[in-house]
Amino acid sequence: MPLYYSTAHQLHDMLVSKEISAEEITRAVFNRIEQVEDRIRAYITLTKDQAISSARSVDKARAAGEELPPLAGIPVAVKDNMCTQGVRTTCASKILYNYIPPYNAAVLERLNEARAVIIGKTNLDEFAMGSSCENSAFFATCNPWDTDRVPGGSSGGSAAAVAVGEAVLALGSDTGGSIRQPASFCGVVGMKPTYGAVSRYGLVAYASSLDQIGPFARDVTDCAWLLNVICGHDPKDSTSAPYDTPDYTSFLKEDIKSMKIGVPREYMGEGIDPAVKEVIRKAINVYSGLGAVVEETTLPHTEYALPAYYLIAPAEASSNLARYDGVRYGYRAENAGDLADMFMQTRSEGFGAEVKRRIMLGTYALSAGYYDAYYNQALKVRTLIKADFDRAFEKFDLLLGPTSPVTAFKRGEKMDDPLQMYMVDICTLAVNLAGIPAISIPAGMADKLPVGLQLMGRPFGEGDILRAAYAFEQNTDHHCKLPE
Amino acid sequence: MAQYEAVIGLEVHVELKTNTKIFCSSSTEFGADPNHHVCPVCLGLPGVLPVVNKKVVEYAIKAGLALNCQIASFSKFDRKNYYYPDLPKNYQISQYDLPIAEHGHLEINVDGADKRIGITRVHMEEDAGKLVHQGTISTTPFSLVDYNRTGVPLIEIVSEPDMASADEAVAYLEKLKAIIQYTGVSDCKMQEGSLRCDANISVRPVGQIELGTKAELKNMNSFKALHKAITYEIERQTELVEDGAKVIQETRTWDEAGGVTLSLRSKEEAHDYRYFPDPDLPPLVIDRKWVDDIAAGLPELPDERRKRFVNAHGLPEYDAAVLTATRELADYYEECVRLFANPKLVSNWVMGDLAKMMNASGREIGDIRISPGKLAKMLQLLDKGTISGKIAKTVFEEMFNTGKDPDKVVEEKGLVQISDTGLIDKVVEEVIAANPKSAEDYRAGKEKAIGFLVGQVMKSTKGKANPGVVNKLLKEKLDQ
Ligand SMILES: [Zn+2]
Repeated sequence: MPLYYSTAHQLHDMLVSKEISAEEITRAVFNRIEQVEDRIRAYITLTKDQAISSARSVDKARAAGEELPPLAGIPVAVKDNMCTQGVRTTCASKILYNYIPPYNAAVLERLNEARAVIIGKTNLDEFAMGSSCENSAFFATCNPWDTDRVPGGSSGGSAAAVAVGEAVLALGSDTGGSIRQPASFCGVVGMKPTYGAVSRYGLVAYASSLDQIGPFARDVTDCAWLLNVICGHDPKDSTSAPYDTPDYTSFLKEDIKSMKIGVPREYMGEGIDPAVKEVIRKAINVYSGLGAVVEETTLPHTEYALPAYYLIAPAEASSNLARYDGVRYGYRAENAGDLADMFMQTRSEGFGAEVKRRIMLGTYALSAGYYDAYYNQALKVRTLIKADFDRAFEKFDLLLGPTSPVTAFKRGEKMDDPLQMYMVDICTLAVNLAGIPAISIPAGMADKLPVGLQLMGRPFGEGDILRAAYAFEQNTDHHCKLPE
Repeated sequence: MAQYEAVIGLEVHVELKTNTKIFCSSSTEFGADPNHHVCPVCLGLPGVLPVVNKKVVEYAIKAGLALNCQIASFSKFDRKNYYYPDLPKNYQISQYDLPIAEHGHLEINVDGADKRIGITRVHMEEDAGKLVHQGTISTTPFSLVDYNRTGVPLIEIVSEPDMASADEAVAYLEKLKAIIQYTGVSDCKMQEGSLRCDANISVRPVGQIELGTKAELKNMNSFKALHKAITYEIERQTELVEDGAKVIQETRTWDEAGGVTLSLRSKEEAHDYRYFPDPDLPPLVIDRKWVDDIAAGLPELPDERRKRFVNAHGLPEYDAAVLTATRELADYYEECVRLFANPKLVSNWVMGDLAKMMNASGREIGDIRISPGKLAKMLQLLDKGTISGKIAKTVFEEMFNTGKDPDKVVEEKGLVQISDTGLIDKVVEEVIAANPKSAEDYRAGKEKAIGFLVGQVMKSTKGKANPGVVNKLLKEKLDQ
């Protein structure tokens, strides 16, 4: 197994036994990037010099006998919507093409404290709006399993980087499925933690009440390791939960006997690709075989998740994105007449079509006279969706279903039909509306493309999710498959 | 011909006196170099999040309680969306439908009549920055933005449209200012912008129930301006209505130089602010006990204090009202009375000579150099007869200008009153001798003539002679 395809915990063992140095690992990953980046295009910005020097400092510390945290020296990629002090943070938008934040996002502070090696900033759909990574203002990222296909979105860069060995771990952000869906398309592990479990401070907001940072990894153990670093209360984020985070690796036990798993029929019905369904059915059999009690259940308001999401998220986005006006930073239109003209031209030229579409949707949904008909209704639906989950979790420890109704589609295939593109997220949106945690793990292949299995848990039920995910992984080998 | 009446409501913004901003820990200090008190949060940089300053909520509750409001048990922050270059996020975090306090009132007194003015609501919000133009806004080649003020905590106090004249509006604003200052949550300095006032004004025929079309007057920066602007606006609108023309709903500004109000912008292009709950800030659940504790810590407010001054100090209503207009003045007065227990005499001095000199010098009670201790000491000198009332005025003036101790002033200027009968006796004889006509008049029954003689004695003793003693001796001599 080449170094760049090793997991973080394997590399950690090699580092501890001094079989290898952090610098060697980092160089191996950058060599891999040189090999494949032309094909994959996962990164907007690479920070090789900084990465090498932080790897060296880890090696120095280890040589000096210092006790180091588990992720010390492990290469991590970061989605380019998290602020990195001194390193440009573009959100894959023309409007922020030259923006260099003066501060680090809370997760970056935590990664630095853990002595992880940051290797670069990954591509995304502009401002995290999209499901294919084609909405980047700079270039589209390709799926490592089939470069004619999309890696999923919006965290497609991070997913592809981990899948193809351009990073060992990565961070993404998930507003309506933006970690889980690309994890599913790229055949890696991706998790959206409970809303409030990871600080959003420094995550450039798309939809504040839905956004959540989470890990990409090659296996569940690595996912738990990265969770250990990024989860925890942050006084700088008022929505951060005052919650004592457990050691997530402590949940990695195979025994899931008598664990109760519900399969919402809404996630296995019409609209789900039969080949995907088949993979999920096999996964259910694995769980039954391991002694879990799997039963069908219902989340009756699931069909309203999509419309509710496409009112709430754009509404918040329209407000969150108002600050990009050309006054203080980023792109500014030249030759504008007066101030209003400058605002308008800057935003017309600086934002891409999908972002504009959502800003307009949101502006409309919040405007006087329509607020009650749209935004307020959406909030009510959100409450009903939450109640669906609450009811289900009275009976079940976990809910299970596909992450995406389809496997990775061809680039350009859905670009002209936004509604069809939005449908790709139907299995993931409700989780964000309810604020609960969910994971996508590789569950098998359909037409030579990875299929993701989604496990959803109670608020702060990450432990149950990890235990079930780990059990699946230990009894299958889907996570070991690599793109050619 | 119909009679018209004005309907006035005020919206007052008050800057809270916290050390740090409403959603970050940047300083709120006034007068720093541009963009010195800023951080990523108050600059609204991509990715930042607000964290509410608990002191701001405490101060808002305190102000609400002082204005007899009900404090919400559940409140929240909303976003008010509009574009402006000094508004870093292009939305302002404010409160919309669930403000921290509602349904209050305060009492005003105009021309001897008491009136209760309703307070609709008190809500919290963040301030915006400041645009700096070179020259005027229309001719400046560029504009600079100073973000020091962004995120400075404000409360907005909205009144009911309960005022009917400029006098009432000014009385309301004065009372509001006094109450807020008493609570200590703001210094309410209009000249530094920590108290800003907008007025909504409409007129209607007396007897009509529905309101006329209103104009909004923005940013009056003094009581005088407020009074003049409202007076002008009532006249303008009344004339329009009398002529059968329509008042346009618009925002107007007071032009001090021209003495007129001018149209700023028409309400037809009014913003749709697209308010919605700020998803970055969880709702505020206000603990009842916290509110009770804040209420228990409220100081005595102007109305209570005024009543106490009347009852405990035996002051006339008028004196009590003047002395309690600001907390500083009332504190000053009370400290003087504690050291010199003659409330009315102290009141006369504070409202008389002190007020006069403060006016003349433009000083506030907070920066005068006569401490209550010094004033009390001077009053003791007067009381003991060491100095005369006339000399006291001289001493007081010197004290006001130099901050010197009254003993020192009296000593340095040799102002000790002469009560020594022997000394005065001699002067009295000289004066009688020099003014035989007046002495004659007095003896002939013209009582008034003695006043002139007293004056002459005072003059030749440079005012130091004890007037009582002079009077007595003069009479004795003339009656002989
Ligand atoms: Zn700040």
